[in-house]
Amino acid sequence: MADVIEAGAARENAPPPAAPTRRRGATERGNRTTPYLFLAPYLILFGVFGLAPILFGVWISLHQWDLQLPNRPFVGLGNYRDLFSSDSAIYGDWWSSVRATGTFTLFSVPLLVVIPLGLALLLNRSFPGRTFFRAAFFAPYVLGVAVIGLLWRFLLDANLGLVNRLLGVVGLPSDTPWVTDVPWAWISLVGVTVWWTCGFNAVIYLAGLQDIPAELYEAAKVDGAGAWDRFRHVTIPGLRPVMLFVFTTTILASANVFGQAFLITQGAPGEQTRTVVWRIVDEGLRDYDAGRAAAMSVFFALMLAVVSVVNFRLFRYRED
Amino acid sequence: MIQNEMSRRRLLGLGLGLGAAATMTLSGCGGGSSSDSSGASGNGGKDYTGPKVDLKLWNGFTGGDGDIFKALVQQFNSEHQNIAVSVITYQWEDYYSKLPGAVSSGNGPDIAVMHMDQLATFAARGTITELDDVAKTLELSEGDFAPTVWKGGLYNDKRYGIPLDMHPLGFYYNKAVMQKAGLDPEKPPTTRDEYTAALTELKKSGVQGFWVSPFQFTGGMTFYSLLHQWGGTLFDAEVAKATFNSDPAVEACTWLVDLIKQGHSPANVGQDADYLAFKSGKNAFNWNGIWQISDLKKSSNVQWGVAPLPQIGSQQAAWANSHNFTIVKQRSANANKTAGAKVFINWLSQHSLDWAKGGQVPARKAVRESSEFKGLTEVNALAPELEYAAFPPAAPGLGETMLTFYSAFNEAALGKKSPKQALDDGVAKANKQLEDNRKKYGN
Repeated sequence: MADVIEAGAARENAPPPAAPTRRRGATERGNRTTPYLFLAPYLILFGVFGLAPILFGVWISLHQWDLQLPNRPFVGLGNYRDLFSSDSAIYGDWWSSVRATGTFTLFSVPLLVVIPLGLALLLNRSFPGRTFFRAAFFAPYVLGVAVIGLLWRFLLDANLGLVNRLLGVVGLPSDTPWVTDVPWAWISLVGVTVWWTCGFNAVIYLAGLQDIPAELYEAAKVDGAGAWDRFRHVTIPGLRPVMLFVFTTTILASANVFGQAFLITQGAPGEQTRTVVWRIVDEGLRDYDAGRAAAMSVFFALMLAVVSVVNFRLFRYRED
Repeated sequence: MIQNEMSRRRLLGLGLGLGAAATMTLSGCGGGSSSDSSGASGNGGKDYTGPKVDLKLWNGFTGGDGDIFKALVQQFNSEHQNIAVSVITYQWEDYYSKLPGAVSSGNGPDIAVMHMDQLATFAARGTITELDDVAKTLELSEGDFAPTVWKGGLYNDKRYGIPLDMHPLGFYYNKAVMQKAGLDPEKPPTTRDEYTAALTELKKSGVQGFWVSPFQFTGGMTFYSLLHQWGGTLFDAEVAKATFNSDPAVEACTWLVDLIKQGHSPANVGQDADYLAFKSGKNAFNWNGIWQISDLKKSSNVQWGVAPLPQIGSQQAAWANSHNFTIVKQRSANANKTAGAKVFINWLSQHSLDWAKGGQVPARKAVRESSEFKGLTEVNALAPELEYAAFPPAAPGLGETMLTFYSAFNEAALGKKSPKQALDDGVAKANKQLEDNRKKYGN
């Protein structure tokens, strides 16, 4: 990569017949520092606010770390061991929160990938009121989690909420415990999240759709491809980079779910809908055990890294 | 759990209970004199004549009472040329998570308002300083307060908090609904028999009278109160073992859960649904915090009354917590600031009644017995609960354990487990958490 750029730059800069070695040396020196100068602002910010905290977090995770207790004993991998040892006080809670986050991610990601795609395909056609619908589907996304959380908590309340009331009106069961029992709580959380965030992914898809050259569709039509074939052989391959982005960011966003559960189900029933991020916050900021919270975070980040790598592999595989 | 509780805007009232009893004498300690540099002792808050100090005060009063609080601080500032107190308000939830970081980086407050059940944690972690000398100088002793509140300010036999108020769970009754069911709206039930009889009458008129919330707010606090009414406790005396699966606890929990089975409460009551149903006349009784008084006063269409919790078990008891003033330990001690902070705490004690007007029961006996306080009908109605209030124990790091307690109740109230099973499981987990705390805080 570096060679290609170098060669290209040298070719542009150097007058063809001039002595190549000296010239080349000069530009090389320029090339070495220039990219780093451009990168410097980012690298500094990343170093200070990204890399350093990550390394510090790993360091903390090896200690029993409380901001205010005078001694912060080194415990090695003890905090990590606690996550896997059924004797520890946090073992049960931790894995229950992993299960909760896993459940949510498993059900929300497919919906958040597929529904916005359908939405984008619809909104990409020209029909009257298209701008209005584009705005309408995107609108919930601008609301904060506190707003949508409180809103839906009241709408979904089993005894007083509008949802059960309406279901009763059309003759369906009107006592569904939407926020206090599983699987209903999961249906609520996933449903609310899809309603809340699908507009964002739809906008990304829309941008991607508009990048697919119209000639490709025309050519496919000429070749006799039907709508489904055009979708499969033109739209999907054209959207592949966008889909990789949507997939990855959606998985990461879903894995970070916290506010919805905190506000809507409040972890109920018991602690079954208490998610990983919530658990980490509690451990670090309620119990002030930053060591354990850091260990949880590091472990969770590694899990997500693995998922992301697999995700990238899958998309690359398809490309081959 | 308490962070959760305190994050609520409605838990705002601040009744200052210090009382006006302390006599003010002008025994000045000259600015920069040796008595100042002797540290936190000073003269314990009677007076401050040193150089001007700026004090930061953190609290969590985010609602209407925050304004009362700020107004009083302003008055204090105008009366004290050499002390300037600035108020910083956070949601309680943010407050408790921000405090440790702020203090350890040297950006913490000088004075902090803190709940009684947080005192032990912050004392054990060295965030707040001892205040025995303040109590001594102001001549405050157990006799001036309800003993439970006064003792709650202690950790390892040292005083860390000066109690201001207490906020208990109260018994709210909807007069209109009672009347419709043929009950006397001026005679709310006070015993178990009266209570179940009233619920039966209400059921006959088609009202599920008492909604059992599975959440900490307020079902968990209701169960907490009942467990103590049955004579149980959450923990043993040393807070070494959880005991909320004892026979009395299981009985109390069963009584509550059975109300759902008997149709006095719907199943799956959501957060706040019990209170909303109360306000809209869908149920008759709600056990809720004293902080709802100001909200109900604003709801002119609701005919309501408030009384101490009925006695369902073998003795009276009610969940309660209390606000305390604390002085935060600084990286580099400044005796002038500490002395100024003590003067501030003392001054507020002179204005204790103003705080009571904010809607909380003053901890201070003299104020509770004053005729002005008796004029605050609703708040005064809950004052008797102070004598038997069940305050959380003074042990550091109980936050997660209390959450376990409330989660166990949640599972029982939602019918996921039998009361016995839910409480047994909760206790097993809580015991591990208590053991972790012992290792961490070394007690």
